[in-house]
Order: sequence, then structure tokens, then C-alpha cells
Amino acid sequence: MSNSTFEPRIIAFLCNWCTYTAADAAGVARMEQPANVDVIRVMCSGRIAPMFVLKAFSEGADGVIVSGCHPPGDCHYTNGNFKTFRRMPLMENLLAQYGIEKGRFHWGWISGAEAPKWAELSRSFTEQVRGLGPLSWKTQLASKED
Amino acid sequence: MAKEKLKLALYWAASCGGCEITMVELREKLLVVDQVADILFWPVAVDTKYKDVEAMPDKHIDVCLFNGAIRTSENEHLAHLMRKKSKVLVAFGSCACEGCMPGLANLYNRQSIFDYVYLESPSADNPNKVVPQTTNKMAEGEIQIPKFYNTVKTLGQVEDVDYFIPGCPPQPPMVWSVIEAILAGNLPPKGSVVGANEKTVCDECKHERKEKAIKQFYRIYEIIPSTTQCLFDQGIICAGPATRGGCGALCTKVDMPCRGCYGPPPHVVDQGAALLSAASSVVDADTEEEARRIVNQISDPIGTFYRFGLASSLLHRARLTKV
Amino acid sequence: MMDAGRHPNIKLLTNSDVTNVSGYVGNYKVTIRKRPRYVKEDLCVGCLQCIEHCTYKEAKFPDEFNMGLGKRKPVYLPFPQATPQVVLIDPEKCIQFKTGKCKKTCAEACDRKAIDFEQKEESLEVKVGAIIVATGFETFDATKLPYYGYGKYPNVYTALEVERLTSASGPTGGEVVLRDGSHPKSVGIIHCVGSRDEKTNRWCSRVCCMYSLKLAHMIKDHTGAEVYNFYIDMRTPGKSYEEFYDKILSEGVHFIRGRVAPVSDWAIIPEEEGKLVLRVEDTMIGAVRRIPVDMVVLSVGLEPQADAGNVASLFGISRSADGFFAEAHPKLRPVETNTDGVFLAGCAQGPRDVPDTVAHAGAAASMAIGLLNRGEVTISPTVAYVNEKLCSACKTCLSVCPYTAITFDTAANVARVNDALCKGCGTCVATCPAAAIVGRHFSDEQIIVTIEGLLREPAAKTAEGAHP
Repeated sequence: MSNSTFEPRIIAFLCNWCTYTAADAAGVARMEQPANVDVIRVMCSGRIAPMFVLKAFSEGADGVIVSGCHPPGDCHYTNGNFKTFRRMPLMENLLAQYGIEKGRFHWGWISGAEAPKWAELSRSFTEQVRGLGPLSWKTQLASKED
Repeated sequence: MAKEKLKLALYWAASCGGCEITMVELREKLLVVDQVADILFWPVAVDTKYKDVEAMPDKHIDVCLFNGAIRTSENEHLAHLMRKKSKVLVAFGSCACEGCMPGLANLYNRQSIFDYVYLESPSADNPNKVVPQTTNKMAEGEIQIPKFYNTVKTLGQVEDVDYFIPGCPPQPPMVWSVIEAILAGNLPPKGSVVGANEKTVCDECKHERKEKAIKQFYRIYEIIPSTTQCLFDQGIICAGPATRGGCGALCTKVDMPCRGCYGPPPHVVDQGAALLSAASSVVDADTEEEARRIVNQISDPIGTFYRFGLASSLLHRARLTKV
Repeated sequence: MMDAGRHPNIKLLTNSDVTNVSGYVGNYKVTIRKRPRYVKEDLCVGCLQCIEHCTYKEAKFPDEFNMGLGKRKPVYLPFPQATPQVVLIDPEKCIQFKTGKCKKTCAEACDRKAIDFEQKEESLEVKVGAIIVATGFETFDATKLPYYGYGKYPNVYTALEVERLTSASGPTGGEVVLRDGSHPKSVGIIHCVGSRDEKTNRWCSRVCCMYSLKLAHMIKDHTGAEVYNFYIDMRTPGKSYEEFYDKILSEGVHFIRGRVAPVSDWAIIPEEEGKLVLRVEDTMIGAVRRIPVDMVVLSVGLEPQADAGNVASLFGISRSADGFFAEAHPKLRPVETNTDGVFLAGCAQGPRDVPDTVAHAGAAASMAIGLLNRGEVTISPTVAYVNEKLCSACKTCLSVCPYTAITFDTAANVARVNDALCKGCGTCVATCPAAAIVGRHFSDEQIIVTIEGLLREPAAKTAEGAHP
């Protein structure tokens, strides 16, 4: 089945000091980014509760990105990102059990100076999710038993 | 007769019968219930039929304690029926509140469940590959059995529920306090959880808690835990911190980790995610590799974190490949 | 320094370390370990009779202030202008401490009875509202660059050593001499030792060109030697600094643009015999040259002190990539750290010279005074708080806060967030399994409605190709 006209909806949770700054810089520098990615800013990647990722998928997101400052030393709050790298591997395992493909969840680190890396991620992740097709979790939640 | 008797109904959908036992566990107070209430419908104990309920005027029943999850079309039918015939519909017990054990079947669907149960299990002896059908034509006519749904739902997901009494089963003292509140007309706003505390199980647990730094997760058979130290501190995933209290911390009292049967505390949107976050945040790892190594010790995240609440979690169920 | 030592509002604790800091802006509790100097500070007047009468007739031990070029006795004054002007005893060199059997002539000579061999270490706790970290720098260890021959050839010196040689109060009374006591006829000064170097320190240490020019001038003035400065760039910004460079140029100092490698004593022509030969690419003329000299001076760069990591942890501050303590903002907040109430002054934050240090320190002092005089602190509203009705004392949050802003109140049996220490990262909010910690302005509710809003589809516009 062709997914060529499918526009993925992607929610990205970005930390204010690093990845959000990079995304902002990418925008200011007019780097090409697809409209598919919607950014939610938090102060630190340590604020990103696993519940947010699940909420995004349950509300209809086809893909989710979590990104913060490079460990070990870049976190503006010293080690908030340590909690992120403790939580996200477990999230990966949980999402696999829920049947959500690995390619729909990306988590990693992009510093404030790496605007091109953000632009590239937003492009490549959108294409990756496009290839996986719509997740349609909201439809699944609303479906009636026949 | 000074006061009119309370018209009470109890129903069990997809459940184990434990909630019925909890009523019996009221012991002598069950006799008080009998004094103050007329039990109009209680399949396990009273010989009223569905058609008797269907014949009642709407809202005839004062309070219906509905336990069990919604697994089949019959369960759903009764959910709608009891709602119609009751002034107050209470989701009684973990199955009705959050799906409980039946909810874990949401990792599968009807096809995969039937395939395993009727065809593939080691003890299946089914050479003609007979599986349940909803209708079957026989010489005597057509018989019908309820449809087995793909997805287990909570009572609240199919009907409008007035109150929720959590627990697997709800503990008798708490059940009694709710009955007293009903009799006194002293109930909180609609939609509330009753018969449980606002704080978590930790508040009732006597184990000593300290700052946490978990180097390894253990399942309960893997170590003999200290009986005074918090189980979570020792690396045993206890759902207590993410579970509503009110049960008296019965499980941790005997050094078993809380399983989370009273559901999430107020304001927690997804119990499993809350517990997952707490457990992983305090893993004692300063690199991603080490963190991954430690959390990979949890071999079944859904079974561990969503043991009781999968059906009521944000995602409700594992992905259905065909909707 | 003397003014500071005498000022009634200033309590000077020398020979001391900070061992613990707790609290938060405006309310710090600092524990200080005062090591014993074995001399009663309020009795000693600096007459130095004890030194004169020490059992050691001659000074025998390397003198730290003179970079080991001079000698001192076990009882000594650190340097002539030491504040307070009080001697101290080195327990590792003093015979009384080593054997217990000294005549203690120093104590006898002291008519104030100031010597106290029994003096003990003291610990004190002070309450302060602000902290200024002015712990300075270390010079680069030139043994890390073996091709400069420091430690191998006796007449290779660091700039700090030559600084002491040129000083009238130094070990040679201002005579610039080689190890054998003779005056050098030619001197090579090598810039950027441990600076601007990918293999050691990437940064420019800012002060070395100016001090190298100064040493060139002093050496030429004291000895009349031929002086050669080997540089990469001449960095002399600052008021009158360019003019100073001009002056040194006009004094006949030779400037060669190029890096020296190696410094060696391998002579290939008779004129090089007995000298240190500096092999260098003179980039201005595009040729490799060999310059024989009697003395080599290594202009060592500035780097953070070796214990900077520990000091940073102690005060709860962070370090920049280069290891110096991190300022709150590179342009706009040069003396503040990201920890409220802890300020930075001088080279602890990065290399700078005396005028810049004075300005920097003045700024730090002003900020500290301003903080204390205001008496109140404005903090960010995006901090977390614990809903005590929901907190069930599971204690999961206690270990996740990077600022140890969460403490457990045993009496109330709840966790509490200190508003002044909390920086609003939200890690505790995401950790709390009971959703009892609320992150103001980044609450779960706010983020949830944002997710819902972003993903809400207007009725007409559904993603094409999606399942109905």
C-alpha cells in the first residue's frame, strides 16, 4: 500500500538549552525542516516523563522524538539528562511490547550548536515514519467491536 | 418500617469471583446489609434473572455494585442494562475500574487467544479445530452465545460510572465504609474514587525507606529481602509508590511487593508510566550502557508496570494489526 | 593585602581550607579547617628572631615562593610581604616534629612566647550570605613538553622562576644568573608553552606575551645579554600595551616568529658548544634556524588548579570546557555562576592580568554586597513544589535532584523542595510516582493539553491515506 501522500504527525519533546536552541537556530538560519514535526519545549530532558511519550502516541502521533543535551557534561542542570538515558531504554522495551515499531520513537542528544543536526533529524525521522505508515492509535481506541 | 430499604444490585462481568468473596468477608456486617438493603439482583447468590431486571422501571435500583471487566458482548449488555436500571452505578473492584487481570489479555486479540486456547495449547485435544462461534444452527433452532471482544474494556470505558471502588478485591473495611456512606447519603462528587485513600500505599507501609540507587532489579524469588527495609530500595519493583492506598499495605506487610491493584493515585494519568519512571530514574547508572543493562533486567515491562491497569492505560492495549 | 588583613570587617583565615558548604543563597553554612601553623597569630609580631635562632644554622629546604631557587628553614615567613606577618613551622621539616628531640631554640628566642608546638587543627563553621571563589590558577607544568628540556637541562627555566631571579627580594638579589652563578650572554624566551597547543591547552593564556616582553626587558637591563623572543603572535591588547611592545622592539630584543623544537645541547658547529641550541622555523623568512643561547626561559601558560573539580563540587558550581570555573554568561554575567550567591573573581574563571583581575574582582565584590544589602532574592517562578496532601514519603525524588534542593522533613513525613535551590529542571516532577510534585509553568496538565491541542485534527483535514 502506498504511503506517498501520508503526512506523519510527529511530536518532539526538546530541552530548552540544547535541542530547542538548535531547532530555533535551524529555523532562523532557514534550514529546511518539514512541517510534520511539532515541538514541545521543556526546560530539561529530565522533565520528560515517559507518560508524555505514551500520551502523544495515544492522541494520534505517528512518531515521537525526545532530545536533550549530550551527557555527561552538557546538561544545563548538571545531570538531568542522566535520568533521561535511564528512562528511555526502558521506554523502548515498553513500546516494543505495545507493538509500536522502534522506528517511531527516537531519543538522543543534540546540542545548541548543532542546528544542522536537528534539521537533518527532523527530515530523516519524518521520512522514516512516513515509511512506517500511520499509527492511527486514536482510531484504534475509538473502534467499536463488530 | 421507618426507612425504605436500599435497593441493591450486584453483578459480575469478566471477573474471578473475588469481589463476591469480599462481600462475604464483611462477615457479620453482611447481616446488617441484609437488614438495611433489598438485594434485587446478585447472580452468585440470588435467583433473579436478566428478564426480571429488564422488567424493572428505569432507575429502580438505588445502587449497583458492578464488578468485572467488559470482555464479551454480554458483559457490555449488562453494563448498559445496569446503568439504565440504577440510580448509582459503582465500578466495584479492579476489573471494573481498570481492567485488572483480564485486561492483560489486551496484549492479544480474539484470534490469537482462540488459536492458543482451543488449538495450540499443549493440552488442547481438538482434532476438528472447533472454536466458539457466536451463532450455531442446531436441529432445535439457532443458539447464540455472547461475542468475545478483541479488547477488554473497563466499565468506565463503556458506560457512565458514578463511583469507583478500587482493589483486587476491595478490602472489606473499605467496602463497609462505602456502604455506610451510601446509607448516610454522604457521598463525594460523582466520578470519585471511594473506599480508598488519597496517598499511596507507601503511606501505610511500615518498611523503612531511604534514598534510592538501584544497581539491580530482582524478582521476588531471586533474593530474600530484608523485612524492615523498603522493598523498592532493595531493587524489587514494588508498585506501592504509584498505587492508591487504603488496603492497609497488606502485601508489603508480609514482605511481598505491592502489585498495584488499587490503581493509580489521584492525578497520575498512567499508573504504569508513573511506576516505570520512578523505577528507572533511580537506577544507579552514569552511562547509557549501564542504564540499559540494568533496565533490561526487567524482562516484561507491561507485566511489571501494567499488571492491573493495562486496559485503562493511555494506550489501552497492544497494537491491533487489523482493526 | 595589608589593608585587607587589618580591616575590622574582614576576618582573614590563612592556612585554611573550606571542607563543606551547605545551604543556599543568602544562607550558606561554610565549614573551614584551619591548619595549625604552630605559632600563635595574635602574639607573633614578625620579628623573625625564631628563624635566626633555629637549630638549622643554614637554610636548607627549597623555598616554595622562590620556585625552589632559594632556601628556607623549617620555621619561615612564606614571603617578605606575607599577610599576616606571622611565621609558620613546616612539620615535615622541623626536627621537633620529626624526632621530638629538638632544643627548641626558636621558642626560647621568642620573647612573646608565640611558638606553640601543641597547636591543633581547628574547625569552624561560619554563616555567610554570599561566596566569592578567587582560587586563582596554576602554571603549566613544563615537564609535559620534554622537547623544551625543562628538568633535563639545568639552564632551562620557567618564566616564574626567572621572575624570582629578576626580583630584588628574590634568591639572587635581582641577579639574573645561570645555575653556576655566571651571567648569561644570550637568552631565549619561548612563548606559548602549554598554550594555543592542541596537545596540551587550546586556549591563549592572555598574559604571557606581556610578561615575556617584561622579562626580555629586565634580563637585557640586568645582564646586557642578547635576548631572543620566539612567538606565534604578539598579543598585547590593553592600555599602553602596544606602546610597551614598541619600546621592547626599540631596545634591540630579537623577535622570531616560530615555534621552537627542540631545545638541545647537541652542537654541530663550534659556536654551539656548551650552549643550549634552539632549533626554530623562522616563518617570516621561511627558513629553519639554530639559535645557540646560554639560558632558556619558558613562558608557561595558565591553567586551572589541579583540584578545580573538587572545589567546583564543594561550592556547587560548574566548569567550562577548559576547566576554569564557569561564569553564568560569557558576555553578560562574567562574575556570577549558575549557583545563586556564589561569585567568581580573577583567574579562577579564566586567564587575565592584574588590571583585568582587579576589575573582575571589584565586580564580584559589588555583586556580593548588592545581594547582601538587598536582603531578598528574586528567584525564577518555574520551580517545583511538593503537594503535601499527596506525598506519601516514598523518597524516590530525594536522589534525583542535581542541586540537592529536595529534603525530607521527618516530622511532617513529606519531601520538600527548597525554592531558592530549585532551578526548575523538572526531573523530580517526572520522577514522582504519585504525581505529588508539581512543576510550576511546566506542569503535567499544561504539557498534556499541549499534546492534545497539537494533535487535534480539525474535522475537514484528515491525513490522507490514513485508516478511516
